[in-house]
Amino acid sequence: MDPQAVLFYVFSAILLFAAFRVITVSNPVHAALFLVLSFFQASGIWMLLEAEFLSITLVLVYVGAVMVLFLFVVMMLDVDLESLRKGFWRNFHLAATLGAVVALELTAVLMGGFRLSQPARAVGAVVDAAPIPNTQALGIALYTEFLYPLELAAVILLVAIIAAIALTLRKRKDSKFQDPSEQIRVQPKDRMRLVKMKSVVEVGEVVEPMATTQPTQSTPAQEKK
Amino acid sequence: MTITLGHFLTLGAILFALSVTGIFLNRKNIIVILMAIELMLLAVNMNFVAFSHYLNDIQGQVFVFFILTVAAAESAIGLAILVLLFRNRSTIHVDELNTLKG
Repeated sequence: MDPQAVLFYVFSAILLFAAFRVITVSNPVHAALFLVLSFFQASGIWMLLEAEFLSITLVLVYVGAVMVLFLFVVMMLDVDLESLRKGFWRNFHLAATLGAVVALELTAVLMGGFRLSQPARAVGAVVDAAPIPNTQALGIALYTEFLYPLELAAVILLVAIIAAIALTLRKRKDSKFQDPSEQIRVQPKDRMRLVKMKSVVEVGEVVEPMATTQPTQSTPAQEKK
Repeated sequence: MTITLGHFLTLGAILFALSVTGIFLNRKNIIVILMAIELMLLAVNMNFVAFSHYLNDIQGQVFVFFILTVAAAESAIGLAILVLLFRNRSTIHVDELNTLKG
């Protein structure tokens, strides 16, 4: 067994174990951490496949950004774990059967059909003495042939940024702030209320409220809108 | 014993089947369903990278690049919707999310 095969089997075993734990563990935080582990193993396997750029990208983007986002959301939500676990094993037979069927079908097709052991030479490709590195090849392909898809991907990311912010943004109801336009447009009658009352109060008469003028809103800008 | 393309594809197939099983098992927990979808995308990407290596074609890796982009956008928006859902309904129980059913 060459070292590549040993590495492949080690990475695959840990990857499958981590994936299994992701779907069976009860705590979502643990599931997210096992997902991080499986991404690291997949990154190692991609490194074996000489896809260095994507391997590093997987760690940076997924482990660094997406899984941290997952962990934030999981910890932010107050999830009732018990009710979510109820009936977990009720679907087990259906799930296991479906999973086994999918795995067997795919494995039968793939193991029968693809026995390539050596990287094929591209048809008509000149065998270079020094082949260009993976990142450079990917960059050349991305910025020449796939330039428009790359721009579209950038637009998709922009849409995702704006959508995520627009979805989760909320106005706080208890924040105090000044509204300048409200302050400019204020009228005198908004601020002062004139109360008609007698100038002389007879003895024994019911005493009217003494307030002659009082501002209805002393600080309207600080009121809740 | 050398590693053939079939080995990588089999690994991707098992990973995909595991995540399908995970979606059925965690039917009520929408967070784990999202994680299982991420695992599925990882399995598909594994196939793309393996084909790209063994067929000596860089386009497979370009496609993986785009899948990573779309998956990141998808999980960001999905988690934003999840937060919004929890804020409005105080639950992420899949069975109780039937408002649109009428």
